[in-house]
Amino acid sequence: MSSGITVNGNLRDDLEPGLSIVDLVTRHGLPEEGRGVAVAIDGEVVPRAQWSSTLLEEGSAVELVQAIQGG
Amino acid sequence: MDAPAQTVAEIPPLEIAGVQLASRLILGTGGFHRLDELAAAIEVSGTAMVTVAMRRVEPTQQGSLIGVLDRAGVRILPNTAGCFTAREAIRTAELAREALETDWVKLEVIGDDRTLLPDPAELLDAAEQLVSRGFTVLPYATDDPVLCRRLEEAGCAAVMPLGSPIGSGRGIANPINIALITERANVPVILDAGIGTASEAAQALELGCDAVLLATAVSRAADPIRMAAAMRAAVEAGWLAGGAGRIPVRTWAQASTTPEGMADLA
Repeated sequence: MSSGITVNGNLRDDLEPGLSIVDLVTRHGLPEEGRGVAVAIDGEVVPRAQWSSTLLEEGSAVELVQAIQGG
Repeated sequence: MDAPAQTVAEIPPLEIAGVQLASRLILGTGGFHRLDELAAAIEVSGTAMVTVAMRRVEPTQQGSLIGVLDRAGVRILPNTAGCFTAREAIRTAELAREALETDWVKLEVIGDDRTLLPDPAELLDAAEQLVSRGFTVLPYATDDPVLCRRLEEAGCAAVMPLGSPIGSGRGIANPINIALITERANVPVILDAGIGTASEAAQALELGCDAVLLATAVSRAADPIRMAAAMRAAVEAGWLAGGAGRIPVRTWAQASTTPEGMADLA
């Protein structure tokens, strides 16, 4: 059964509730310390200090962004 | 008081919100085909601050942009490129603050997707809200002296009027407006967008701008590294010329040597 977790608009059956933001970040091949990376859940930015204590839930809508070339 | 600068080596640093930057050229990182080319352009340009955008993580992304920028020792200025509302821009600034541990933001709120011109109402709204949330706001604005004054009054740390539309390479479309803005501003004025070649960057500084922000002019030039070197020289030349007291423009010639003392050779 789907947990309904979405990342950047994509439903992600490979992610289960209870995963931390640190888990999410490292599973995307990004450095754990997350320089250049930011996460919002349900529209709220999650401060990096709370990455290890913030857990994905059923229905979490995650935005995972990083700095790219621009401007 | 210090003697006025007369050589490139004496040009004072650019100061924004109490932070000194060693170069008056701010380089956008967009449009470079390879990270090693970007790194070389940063070095040759002498820039001390570069912009980045914030986008969703894609599985195919290559190389570490941030690694390159950190090794270059430049300050990173995130932008809110692509935002059309104050709400989006504020969210993007908050994500960037968390990602890059900086409260500086190049605020872009676009009002039209063909001209990419700023939306002044949303821009001013976003600027006020970001300032109240503790951000150091550098807004990309139209070349409107009134809007720039309002942004300054809202607490922005600089104002960044455009020369002409982003990526257009049309230079400074309205130099009179840019001069009106620089004449009255009490925060740094950074000419942002529209620069196509070095003479236009020099013109911005001659008009009293404190710095120039450009990307495409370098990154999409046939030889980006050579253009980066040209932009560095142009910004330095423009700054020196702007403070050197140029001669007035005249209709008729004025001989630099008078006829007095001419030999009689008739």
